[in-house]
Parts: sequence; structure tokens; C-alpha cells
Amino acid sequence: MPKEWKGIMTFTEQRFGQIEEVSLELLGGARTLAEKTGGDVSTFLIGHNIKNLAKELIAYGADKVFVADHPSLTYYQSDACTKIFTNLIHEQKPDIVLIGATSIGMDLAPRVAAKLQTGLSAHVVKLEIGPDGILRQIVPGFGGNVMAVVTCPEKRPQMATVRPGILKKIAKDESRQGEIIELDVKISEEELKAKTLEMKIEPPPELPIEKAEIVIAGGWGICDKECFNMLKELAKLLGGAVGGTRPVLDEDLIKEDQMIGQSGKIIAPKVYIGFGISGEMHHVVGILDSDTIIAINIDSKAPIFDFVDYGVIGDAKEILPRLIKKLKEKLERKQC
Amino acid sequence: MTEELQIIVCIKQVPDPHYLSKITIDPVTKTIRREGIPAVMNPLDRNALEEALRIKEQLGGRVVAISMGPPQAERVCRDALAMGVDEAILLSDRVLAGSDTLATAYALSMAIKKLGSFDIVFCGNETVDGSTAQVPPQLAEFLKVPHITRVRKILSINRNELIVERTIEYGYMKLRVKLPAVIAVTKEINEPRLPTVSAILKCYRKEIKKWTVSDIGVNPRQVGLEGSPTRVIDVFSPEVKRKRKIFEGTTDEAVEWIIEKLHEAGII
Ligand SMILES: Cc1cc2nc3c(=O)[nH]c(=O)nc-3n(C[C@H](O)[C@H](O)[C@H](O)COP(=O)(O)OP(=O)(O)OC[C@H]3O[C@@H](n4cnc5c(N)ncnc54)[C@H](O)[C@@H]3O)c2cc1C
Ligand SMILES: Nc1ncnc2c1ncn2[C@@H]1O[C@H](COP(=O)(O)O)[C@@H](O)[C@H]1O
Repeated sequence: MPKEWKGIMTFTEQRFGQIEEVSLELLGGARTLAEKTGGDVSTFLIGHNIKNLAKELIAYGADKVFVADHPSLTYYQSDACTKIFTNLIHEQKPDIVLIGATSIGMDLAPRVAAKLQTGLSAHVVKLEIGPDGILRQIVPGFGGNVMAVVTCPEKRPQMATVRPGILKKIAKDESRQGEIIELDVKISEEELKAKTLEMKIEPPPELPIEKAEIVIAGGWGICDKECFNMLKELAKLLGGAVGGTRPVLDEDLIKEDQMIGQSGKIIAPKVYIGFGISGEMHHVVGILDSDTIIAINIDSKAPIFDFVDYGVIGDAKEILPRLIKKLKEKLERKQC
Repeated sequence: MTEELQIIVCIKQVPDPHYLSKITIDPVTKTIRREGIPAVMNPLDRNALEEALRIKEQLGGRVVAISMGPPQAERVCRDALAMGVDEAILLSDRVLAGSDTLATAYALSMAIKKLGSFDIVFCGNETVDGSTAQVPPQLAEFLKVPHITRVRKILSINRNELIVERTIEYGYMKLRVKLPAVIAVTKEINEPRLPTVSAILKCYRKEIKKWTVSDIGVNPRQVGLEGSPTRVIDVFSPEVKRKRKIFEGTTDEAVEWIIEKLHEAGII
């Protein structure tokens, strides 16, 4: 009898031997889904000299880790990775396959889905199992202005790329038991038609915006060097990180990795404070999961005020220096 | 090798990104209301066209633009002609409506095969409406050629290969790819040209080729809703549950209020 499609398989992404946070989140999310679907949670780990990572994946929720280790796989190689992953899915027949919506996941997943001739939804922000046992994937469209519930009713596996920061990883449990299966990998150089020659990573900032508890964001309304220096000072005072919108990125006041929104980072800090940001959907989709949203805008009709907990109608350029001054006074008094 | 370079660019018509927040959903019929929202070429597809035209200017060759969409998508084909492509093709057929990315990639691949051999297919990395970024790798799979997504720079090019940089989180990768290949580009790759007035006038004299699925041998059961493995079973507007307390007063009062709220949130 042919094997049935069962269980959940995730893709584990590692860079230079470091597991990406989203891959641990996928395992956590998969565990929750597996309570409804049954079957085990497996993951696919690929790279070179990475076998030691398998135990960590088990500690974070994997029942089985399939490892593809080969000297040609030091960097992500799309052709080889597609082939090995597709073969593994054919053989293991997971009902659901989850991949992080990263630059690498978004390169790999569509190609694998096309090889398998199955459906794939992009940048999923929520996953649930419907009463019919089918995976419901909530996908943002039109810049996040519209949400769609997408299913893949007939073809298998059901595949989705999931935004980093959406699913929750489980607490690490070193005593969890799991199986490590080493795959027999053969790669010829000719197969690597699109070959990664090198990979350069600048060390991420000490506190990337997606990890900060408080994010101070600036927009076009305060788009000058002086204001952004004040944002930095404020962030330092509060122990947070600075982010911004597209137009301030275009003016080089922030880096690519500090842009918040649809084409940037999705963040979920305790507090988001936006200065001089209009609140276009493209940006707002990136902050919707914040616990508290505060915004300062000079225009009482700015759309951002529809999304705030606390909104201040006022001139951010005046408020910023005063806020810094007052906070400094307060924090100094606290220390005495 | 004597043949000239063949470059294809996939372009899509999308709602003007500046109007995205005006798109709403009829809560009863669940249809997407987009009346009065202008349709334009997907912004990144202009970057894709620009890169193709630059390569042609450097090495010679032919650039063909293809769009799959409703008859109105003729507009983006015109825009591509005005930018300087040699030929524009509109793939339009009722049975294509409702195609997901897999079905779209299949249909586009059949149109590209119909054109004969090619060296590079340029795409935008993602669209502003669906923004799945899935079509380019899936198209490459149907064409059985390699793909590279998120390309921000072409470092070198010859008849057989490209060397490019692709962006990744906190860095980049350098890749070498054997042609033919599908290349999906990001905004950083170039600044798209604006068509000249004479080019705009001239583009109206050029013919846009119109193809239906039967012209390119597409199996109608593999496209449209029927040929799409994914289904949209519901659409809704994201619900915003916020306190929406708005403060207006002097700067000092505002500052006190913000500090109070930061305190309540446990930040200070
Ligand atoms: C495909 C696509 C993807 C995009 N992705 C993103 C994305 O991921 N992230 C993103 O941020 N953007 C993105 N954008 C751009 C987005 O559509 C908006 O243009 C952008 O978010 C607006 O940035 P802003 O609020 O800084 O500027 P503006 O919209 O220009 O708003 C400036 C605001 O500042 C206020 N202001 C002016 N002076 C003051 C003052 N002294 N004090 C207080 N307030 C003041 C004004 O009232 C105004 O509301 C994208 C666009 C496209 C087309
Ligand atoms: N209907 C279409 N017609 C032509 N090209 C398309 C179409 N859909 C997607 N593409 C191409 O694929 C890219 C990525 O689209 P998407 O995967 O939908 O985000 C676009 O920028 C286009 O280059």
C-alpha cells in the first residue's frame, strides 16, 4: 500500500552553523499543529559539518531530523537543496511542509512546490487546522490590507512559507528524544547550475529591531540627521532599537534591516513609538503585533491614528528633544 | 553562438501601490472592491525591463515582454514598448482567470517556450498585489532552467553565464549561473528609465501580439481555478483592536502623557 501523507516536516535553515530563529519557531508551530493532525514532526537540515545541530532541533521539538551533509553544501545551493528536499518529501510524504519566509526559504519553497506540483502560500501570518482537518493558511494580500484564508484541499503536501516572528518556539528540552537520520548525498558540480560562490554576512546590530522590546521608528515627517540622532538617543535611554519607513531608508537614515513593513521587518515589540509616520498599510502591517502602539503625527487625519493605542497630535521635532530631556531627568532621579 | 541574445521580461499589471489602502472588501459578497484604483505595471517589473534593455544595449540582442492578464493589461505591454522592448505579448484568456502562482508559472512557461530559445528571463522579485515572489522560481522549474531570486547587481555577463549578487538578511550572496536562467530582480538593481515622448508616441504604432491558451498549447485544465492547487476560501479585512486614545495639547503636556504611557507599558 502506498504510504499516506502524514505528519509535518519543516525546513531548518542554518548559516555558518547557526540555526536561524525562524526554524526553531517552525518546530514550535508544528508541534501545536501536530496536536490536531497527529503524526510526527520532522525537519530537514542541510549544510556541511552541521550534524551537531540535530540534537538542538530535537530539543526544540523535532521527532526526526533528516541531515544532508556534504562539502558542496557549505553555502545554500538552490539546485542541490531543491533536489534533496523534494526527494525527501516524496519519500517521507509529510502532510504539511513549513518553510521560513526568509531570503533562502522564499527561494527554495516555490521551486520545491513546483517540482511536487502542489500548492504553496507565501508569507503566512497564521496557521490553523480546520474542522475538515485541512490546513488553513492566513495570507496577507494587497500590502496587508486584505487577508485571505488559503487552503490546498487536494494536492499534497500542503506547503507554506511562514513569516519570522509569527510562530512561537517551545522551551528547549535537552532530554527530548528523537531520531537522527543521515541522508546519502551525492552532488556533482554540473548539477549546481546556479552556484553560490560566497556568502557575506555583516554582523547584525547588537539589538536587531525584531528582537527589541521597544522600537522607536521614524518617518518622512522627521527625515533629517538631527532627528534620527535623537531617535538613537531615545532608543538608548529606553534600551530599544531604531527602525523606520521606506522613505527614510531611501534617504540612508536607516539600513535595510531597520525598515519595518511589508518589504521589511515584521516586529512585535512591547512598545512601538512612531514619529512622523503617516501609517500607510505597507508600513503598518509590520507593527500590528506590537503590544502597545504609540504615534506622534502633526496631522490629526493621518491614517496611523486608526492603528494606535496612544496617539499624539503634535510636532515630533519639538516633542523629541523634550521627551529625551524629561526621560533623562526621570531616569537620573530613579538612580539616586 | 552566432545567434543574438534573447531576453524575455515578465511584466504584470497590478493596482497602483499608492492606492492599496483604498482597497476594501465587501463584507457580504466578499469581493474585493477596487473601483477607481488605477492599474499600473508592477514597480519591480520596470527594474526587470530596465536591466534587460541595458544588457541589450551592451551586448546586442532582442527583448520581448510578456504579460498574462485581462485585456486591459494591454496597457503595461504598451508601457514596455515605450520603454524600448522589441516586442510585447499579452497572454489573455478567460480560462486563465483565478490562476494561482503554479498555474500562472505554467502558462507563462508555455508562452516562453512558444517564443523559441531564450538566454535570460527577467522577472520582478515580487508583485505588490499578491507579493508572493513565487512565480519566478516556479517558472524556472517549468522551463527546467536555474533561477536566482533577489538579484541586486549583475557583476558580469557573457553568452554563457552571469555572475550576480543577491541580497539576504544582513548581507549578500555571490552566485554564478549558467544560461539560460530566470533572474528575479530587486529595486536596488537599477533606476528604470522614463520613456521619451517620441517613444511614447511611437509605441502606439507597434502591434501587441495577443495570445490565448490555444495559441500556446496550454492544457486548460492546468490553469485557472481548476488548475490551481490552492483555494482562497475566505477574505477579510484585518481587524484592528486598539485603544485609539488621542491626545492634543502643549508639547510639555504631550511629553508627560507619553512618559505616563511608557510607564504603564512597563518600559520605564
Ligand atoms: C511595493 C511597496 C512596498 C512598500 N513596503 C514598505 C515597507 O515595507 N515599509 C514602509 O515603511 N514603507 C513601504 N512602502 C512605502 C509606503 O507605501 C509608504 O510610502 C511609507 O510607509 C510612508 O512613509 P512615511 O510614513 O515615513 O512617509 P509619509 O507618508 O510621507 O508620511 C510622513 C508623515 O509625517 C507627518 N509629519 C510631517 N511633519 C511632521 C512633524 N514635524 N511632526 C510629526 N509628524 C509630521 C505627516 O503628517 C505625514 O503623516 C512600500 C511601498 C511600495 C510601493
Ligand atoms: N500574470 C503575470 N504575467 C507576467 N508576469 C508575471 C505574472 N505574475 C507574476 N509575474 C512575474 O513574476 C514576478 C513575481 O510575481 P509574484 O510571484 O506574483 O510576486 C513579477 O514581478 C513578474 O515579473
